[in-house]
Amino acid sequence: MRPTSARLLNVLVPVKRCVDYAVKIRVNPDQKGIDLSVKHSMNPFDEIAVEEAVRLRGKLKDAVKSIKVLTVGPPKAAETLRTALAMGADSGIHVELPETAPSPEPLSIAKLIKASIEKQKEPIDLVIMGKQAIDDDAGQTGQMLAGLLGWSQATFASKVEVDETNKVALVTREIDGGLQEVRCKLPLVVTTDLRLNEPRYASLPNIMKAKKKPIEKFQPSDLGVDVTPILETIKITEPPKRIGGTKVESVDELVAKLKAAGITAV
Amino acid sequence: MFRESVRRFANDVVAPKVREMDENEMMDPKVIEGLFERGLMGIEIPSELGGAESSFTSAILTIEELAKIDPSVSVMCDVHNTLVNTVVRKYGTKEQQEKYLPLLAQSKLGSFCLSEAASGSDAFALQTRAKKEGNYWNINGSKMWITNSYEAEIFLIFANIDPSKGYKGITCFLATRDMGIQIAKKEEKLGIRASSTCTLNFDDLKVPEENVIGGEGKGYKIAIEILNEGRIGIAAQMVGLAQGAFDKAVPYTYQRHQFGQPVGTFQGMAFSIAQAAIDLEAARLMTYNAARRRDEGKPFTKEAAMAKYFASVVAQKVSGQAIEWAGGIGFTRETGIEKFWRDSKIGAIYEGTSNIQLQTIARFIQKEYS
Repeated sequence: MRPTSARLLNVLVPVKRCVDYAVKIRVNPDQKGIDLSVKHSMNPFDEIAVEEAVRLRGKLKDAVKSIKVLTVGPPKAAETLRTALAMGADSGIHVELPETAPSPEPLSIAKLIKASIEKQKEPIDLVIMGKQAIDDDAGQTGQMLAGLLGWSQATFASKVEVDETNKVALVTREIDGGLQEVRCKLPLVVTTDLRLNEPRYASLPNIMKAKKKPIEKFQPSDLGVDVTPILETIKITEPPKRIGGTKVESVDELVAKLKAAGITAV
Repeated sequence: MFRESVRRFANDVVAPKVREMDENEMMDPKVIEGLFERGLMGIEIPSELGGAESSFTSAILTIEELAKIDPSVSVMCDVHNTLVNTVVRKYGTKEQQEKYLPLLAQSKLGSFCLSEAASGSDAFALQTRAKKEGNYWNINGSKMWITNSYEAEIFLIFANIDPSKGYKGITCFLATRDMGIQIAKKEEKLGIRASSTCTLNFDDLKVPEENVIGGEGKGYKIAIEILNEGRIGIAAQMVGLAQGAFDKAVPYTYQRHQFGQPVGTFQGMAFSIAQAAIDLEAARLMTYNAARRRDEGKPFTKEAAMAKYFASVVAQKVSGQAIEWAGGIGFTRETGIEKFWRDSKIGAIYEGTSNIQLQTIARFIQKEYS
C-alpha cells in the first residue's frame, strides 16, 4: 500500500468590504437601504480571520503552503483584497460584481466560495472567515458553506490549533454557556470571533509588496452561480430614539418605580 | 490604503498618549518603536536596505496623517525621512548607504544639525569647525534648536572645514551618538513639546573621514537642496495640524446646543467653519502640488516656499478658530484643541521663517518679471 504523501495546507480566507465600523449610519429616505457613500473597510471579523491565517503560518511555517483571500464585490472591493495581501496573504481571488448590483446574500456567497474552491488547482484544507459581517450581521455564510461542501465547521472560534500531520484542528468556541472545545477533521470551515486575535497593522513595506501579489478575477457566471437575490428587504428603520431616564434617590424609590412600570419580578 | 494604515496607527497607538507626552514634554519610546515597526521611518529607502521604497508623496501623506493626531510625532517622522534619510540617499556613497540606511529605516532615529545660537536664517554663518587630523575630522562647536536630538542616534552635522572659503567650506558629517556627541539643554517650548529640541556640544568630536557625506565643501549645496524638500514636509505637517484641530472642534459644534439649536448651525459659525475649510483645502492642494512637482523632477522651490508659508498661516488661523468654536472647553487642555494652536506657532519659524519664505518667493517673481 502506498503511503499518502503529506500534503501542505492551503488556506482560504473570504473577506467582505463593508461600511466602516466607525461611520454614523444614515437610513435612506426610501427606507430600503442605508447611505453607502461613506467610508468602507474590511469587515473587522474578516481582519481577524486574515490575521489568524498569517499567525498559523507563523506557527506551522512551511506547512502552510498558501494563504488565498477571496472577495465578492464591485471593482472597489479589490482594495480590501490588497489590504489582506498587505497583512500577509499570498494571492487574491476577486469575484467581481457590477457596481450597481444588489448586495449578494449569504447563500449566494457560500455558493460562490464553494465554486471558487472547486476551481482551485489544489484542494483547500481550511477556510477561515469572520463569524458575521458588520453590515447585515447575518452570521450564516460560514455555516452554509460548510453545509454545501459537506465539511466540518467550527464557528465563533476564540482559539484555533491545527495539527497538520494528522489533519485535525482543535477549536475553542465561544458559546452562550462559556467555552466549548471541538476536535475537527480537515477540511474545515472556521468562523472567527472577536477574541481570537488582534489583527496587525499593515506596515508600509508590506503594503508596497502587496501591490505585486496576484489577484485572479472571476464573474459569477464563470463559477456557474446565480446571484439573483431571493430575499426582499421590506423596510429599514433606525432604532427608536432613547428617551431620557430619571435619577432615583433610594433603593425604595427604585423598587417603587419599577413596580409602577409593570416589572412584576420585583 | 496606505493613508488608512497610517491613520489607524495614529489613532490607535499615538492618540492615547498625546496629552501625556505634551504635559511631560517627552516622546514615548513606544511611539518611536511603532513608527519603525510599520516602516514609516524608511519611506523612500529602497526595500533591499530595509525601507518601504515608496515615493516622496507617500512620505508627505504620512506626515499629514500623523499631524492630525500629534504634530510632535509628525515632525519627528518628517525630519527623519525628508532631511536625514534623503541626505544619505542622495549624497551618500554606496558604502555609506549600505551602512546607515538600514539602521535609519529600522531602528535608529536621525537628527539634522545645522542651526546654531548665532546662525538660524543666516545658516551659513555657522561657527562649528572641523579640522583634519590623520584619518579623522575633529569637530568643535555647538548646535542649537536640533529636533529629535534627545532620542537620536545618527546625526548629520554641518561644520566648516575652511572658514577662509566662507560657505564653500561647509561640509556635512555623519556622526553617531557614541562618537561622543554631548546632548545639552533640552528646550522647554510653547508647542510641539513632545518633540525634543536640544543644544548639542561637540568637544573634540572625532568623526572618521569616511563619514563625510557628499564630499568636502558640499555642505552648503546639500543643506539648500534638502531644506527645499523639507519645506514641503512642514507644509504637510501644518495641513494635518489644521485638519486635526478642525476635526476635533467641528463635530462638537453640532452637538452643543444653545438657544435651541446646535451652535454650528448659526450662520456666523457655519460661515466661519466653511471659510476655514476653504483655506485648509487650498493649503493642502498647494502642498500636494509642490510634492507632485518635486516627484516629476520639475522645479519646485517657489511652490514649496509658498506651500510652507501658506500652510503655517492656515494652521495658526484654523487652530485658533477651533478653540473659539468649541468655546470654554476649547480653552481647556483636556480636549486637546488648544494644543494644536500652541503647536502651530512653530510653523512660521522653523525650516525657514515666514520672512525667508517670502523673500524666496519675491526673488523668483523678480527674476520672472524684470
